[in-house]
Amino acid sequence: MDFLNAIVALTNFVMIPAVAYGSQLALGALGVTLIYSILRFSNFAHGDTMAFGTMMTILVTWLFQSWGINLGPLPTALLALPFGILATMALVLVTDRTVYRFYRDQKAKPVVFVMVSLGVMFMMNGLVRFIIGPGDQRFADGERFIIKARAFKEMTGLREGLAIKTTQGITVVTAIVVVALLFWFLNKTRTGKSMRAYSDNEDLALLSGINPERVVMYTWLIVATLATIAGVLYGLDKSFKPFTYFQLLLPIFASAIVGGLGSPQGAIAGGFIIAFSEVTITYAWKKVLRYLMPDNLDPDGLVQLLSTDYKFAVSFAILIIVLLFKPTGLFKGKSV
Amino acid sequence: MTDTMKHSLMFVAVGTLILLEGLTNWSFFSGSWNSSLVILNMGLISAIMALGVNLQWGFAGLFNVGIMGFTALGGLAVVLTATPPTPGAWSAGGPGVIMAMVMGALTVVSAVAVTRMLPKGRMRGLLMLAILIIGFVIYRALFDPAIGAIEAINPAISGNIGGLGWPVILSWPVGGLLAAGAAWLIGKTALGLRSDYLAIATLGIAEIIIAILKNEDWLSRGVKNVVGLPRPLPFEVDLQNDPAFVERAAGIGLDPVLASTLYVKLGYAVLFSVVLLALLWMAQMALKSPWGRMMRAIRDNEVAAQAMGKNVTKRHLQIFVLGSAICGIAGAMMTTLDGQLTPGTYNPLRFTFLIWVMVIVGGSGNNFGSVLGGFLIWFLWIKVEPMSLELIGLLTSGMGEDSFLRGHLMENAAHMRLFTMGLILLLVLRFSPRGLIPEK
Repeated sequence: MDFLNAIVALTNFVMIPAVAYGSQLALGALGVTLIYSILRFSNFAHGDTMAFGTMMTILVTWLFQSWGINLGPLPTALLALPFGILATMALVLVTDRTVYRFYRDQKAKPVVFVMVSLGVMFMMNGLVRFIIGPGDQRFADGERFIIKARAFKEMTGLREGLAIKTTQGITVVTAIVVVALLFWFLNKTRTGKSMRAYSDNEDLALLSGINPERVVMYTWLIVATLATIAGVLYGLDKSFKPFTYFQLLLPIFASAIVGGLGSPQGAIAGGFIIAFSEVTITYAWKKVLRYLMPDNLDPDGLVQLLSTDYKFAVSFAILIIVLLFKPTGLFKGKSV
Repeated sequence: MTDTMKHSLMFVAVGTLILLEGLTNWSFFSGSWNSSLVILNMGLISAIMALGVNLQWGFAGLFNVGIMGFTALGGLAVVLTATPPTPGAWSAGGPGVIMAMVMGALTVVSAVAVTRMLPKGRMRGLLMLAILIIGFVIYRALFDPAIGAIEAINPAISGNIGGLGWPVILSWPVGGLLAAGAAWLIGKTALGLRSDYLAIATLGIAEIIIAILKNEDWLSRGVKNVVGLPRPLPFEVDLQNDPAFVERAAGIGLDPVLASTLYVKLGYAVLFSVVLLALLWMAQMALKSPWGRMMRAIRDNEVAAQAMGKNVTKRHLQIFVLGSAICGIAGAMMTTLDGQLTPGTYNPLRFTFLIWVMVIVGGSGNNFGSVLGGFLIWFLWIKVEPMSLELIGLLTSGMGEDSFLRGHLMENAAHMRLFTMGLILLLVLRFSPRGLIPEK
């Protein structure tokens, strides 16, 4: 019984949050990785692209709510999501035309692109704060839980409850659907194949008649979709705050690099590696250990390896270790 | 018009902007000399930070976005050297903390030694893991009681290790040393990485340094902040109670309160200017020296420089440490000026990326350019808010006072500063990528 309780506590406090967070990171890292493999730079504005998409979705959600439209048990934000994606697509396409294209034509060095993306990051960040303000926004509505802790306890008779939030369920399901669609697109469609060809060898792709501007445009469209979905899922699960989204940049980059920058499979694996390490290392294990240890050996402290504020340190330590021992990442990424 | 003329005129223009802030209250100027001096002082500090970044980016092409971390370490140095010692803190927890640090360092060193000495294989991995786990357990066992003891001492006002009680000016070089030490550690691990990996690595390290300052209450009081840091200049109140000072203020027709605030701010401006001029002189000398030429040679073509027998890794480490030390000095000065260390207020947009905007706009590779960029961008950072308020007020003057849109725009005008900074950066990168004062 104690063992079961320990498993349930572990699932409730570590596994489920880590899986949800990992899916959000994986979607974010996929965007970074796609930009890196097609446009060949690290996009520092990605966190703020996510923030913009989420903001647009929130605004449409509020509009729907004021009209009385909702999805019953599901959050209204899912209905607003396509509109958020469209707005973000428009934004990134405009950014590409006005900003990035110039440097692409010049064949500027990657570091110049990174600088430019810093400028874009500032502008998007300012825009988001200007429109919705710097504060916290919660926009999840509908049913809060799929399984409530109390109901679970009554059902199983265990002492530990297991709660699954609707947003966590939605996150995982959406992530699976989106990733499946993305891989189908990259592997089966003509455009997807031309994207991969362009990413593998730019000159060869140009020779075989692939239009680079088209490839770049599709990349931005996909990236806008991924970023908005990742941002909305994160916002539904936690809350939306422009600064938090900016800070997500670090774990997202860590995920993409750990998996191998430029490799979509790597981005997904990296997302989960980072999420699981962050959650397990900053989780107070006392609750789980209490069931597993004999009574007289009860741990007196919280058995927390590091305080939660050090979660950046965890993603970062993993990042450094991977960079030092396997610079191309776990799945062979690009190394430009 | 010669280049020197043109560049001097740019400095005069920025100087005039800061002077106008004190002279007139037309439009977005406030007409307060205090405000003008506040901008000048932070402008001086920003210029020093920009010099440090220019050393790394302009001379050597190192893409460091961890400036915030080094600035914060400078601030920590002020707390650790200038504040009065906490009675009993060292005897309560000092040995424990030092032992824990030594154990931590030993663990890392032996783990590295194992990876170097043993052949690759499962054995090595297991051994390394075992060393790390055992080391971590011992470290926590020594560390936790020690910091508990320190934090228990008078937690309402101190609860940290306390300082050495040195004069606060001495903490500036100490801040530089602290930042240099951290930079050495970071450079040793991360400098071999490609430019954008280095950027992400430094971004992460800066976040970690801030996390440490926020959490390690025994060191920096964490988010409880350290206030009332010692100052190199007298307090305004003391000046106002000093009859000689009041008399002198009356002599030039100033009210004592205004005179005392201006006196203190001018004092800071003089101190900071001395530091800035000294560092600028050194940076100029370094740029012109064979060492500076070698750095630029490495920046422009690493392979060629290596073929000429230059040790690229060592030179990179050297300049990374130097540039970070300058940021540390500036950070210590800023904390001294604020009179408090507030780890919660460090934000990478303000402390890292804004400095980058200064360097790029001013002209990377040119020390005078960075200084100019530091002053100009800082002035704009402060003044974009009133400017955009004015602009929005003008644009929405047709709408009623109670219009929702107008109210919303007015309320959020403050956030226009980030937008404007991004716009300035993009415009400069596009139309004048070498900055206002280009590298010679």
